[in-house]
Amino acid sequence: MNHLLRSLAPISDDGWKMLDDEARQRLQPALAGRRLVDFSGSHGWQYSATNLGRTASLSTAPCEGVTGRQRRVLPLVEVRADFELSLDELRDADRGADDADLATLDRAAHQIAVAENIAVFHGWQGALTGVGEATPHNPIPLGAKPDNYPRPVAAAVELLLHNGISGPYGLALGGEQYQQVAQTAEHGGYPLLEHLHKILDGPIVWAPGVGGAVVLSLRGGDFQFESGQDLSIGYTSHDGESVQLYLEESFSFHVATPEAAVALTA
Amino acid sequence: MGFDQYHEPPEELPAATRTFARLCASLTEEAEAIGWYEQRIAVETDPEALAVMRDAQGEEFKHFSMDLEFLLRRAPAWREIAEGILFKLGDIVEHGEEAEAETFEGNGAEGEAGYPSGSLGIGSLKGALR
Repeated sequence: MNHLLRSLAPISDDGWKMLDDEARQRLQPALAGRRLVDFSGSHGWQYSATNLGRTASLSTAPCEGVTGRQRRVLPLVEVRADFELSLDELRDADRGADDADLATLDRAAHQIAVAENIAVFHGWQGALTGVGEATPHNPIPLGAKPDNYPRPVAAAVELLLHNGISGPYGLALGGEQYQQVAQTAEHGGYPLLEHLHKILDGPIVWAPGVGGAVVLSLRGGDFQFESGQDLSIGYTSHDGESVQLYLEESFSFHVATPEAAVALTA
Repeated sequence: MGFDQYHEPPEELPAATRTFARLCASLTEEAEAIGWYEQRIAVETDPEALAVMRDAQGEEFKHFSMDLEFLLRRAPAWREIAEGILFKLGDIVEHGEEAEAETFEGNGAEGEAGYPSGSLGIGSLKGALR
């Protein structure tokens, strides 16, 4: 048994499969960062820090005649979303019910995906620097009307090209902006999504939790998401009526090339 | 011939699975090339030709290793088993059995669908369809 303590939960193997499948279905469409940045791992729950290759000088030394430096690393963060499930619902699912109420799991999955997206694109104060925080480029306003989005997106691509950042490029769109783009056809009925895709030569990704949008290069080597324990469901406790579970992961995020992204503000 | 790496209709496969299949095919080709060079080197007597072929085989070692690393990054369960076998002294079969057991043991509670450490096995979604 590992740290998730899943064997201690009053949940059958079929029940665990149902919960894992449900979580996976909810998480995968919403994890925008993983669609656009490099992913390393997973390295396991015991993995604690990302190597930065950097050192800090030390003002003291153990004795005369030597100098010392201390390695700088980027510690992984842990993010966790607790949820509770009814044991009656799980028993009914074991009997073959195909409409088990897993709303609390769905909410937890959405929340942890939002947290990951925000950490990647906007940062996590005191812990991680996000793409939008790191970029030296001034943000470009998206404008109010989605019909006009091709102009700022093209400007962002041009800015990246001007800085020697090759494509293809991806676009992470906040939930509100994505919905507007998906609904919009330009003059002549040409879908806006198609037009943006032609400008970027890369994917347009739904990024719940992201404010505005971010254009970034997908050439690789610029943005690194390092996974310790990848997203997992673990067990906390139970009583006669319900079981307390959680979704959890550990990760770090590091921007190696800050100029490889441009933020677009709503 | 060009699409033989697909066992299912390509249009039904997600982009990430097509990429995975391409790299599996590439891995096979690199392993075959390593074997072919091994045979050629074994029978060749011209020192200059031997040097060229040893250099070429070194390239195939590199290609094979890059293919393998890519695939291990995309398949967490494969990576976990490989970590229990590769670069270890001792009984290879024993390591293999242990690594397999540790990865897949207790399928329901400890590692659904063979994903290591009970994780959901989501990993990278770069190139994945929505």
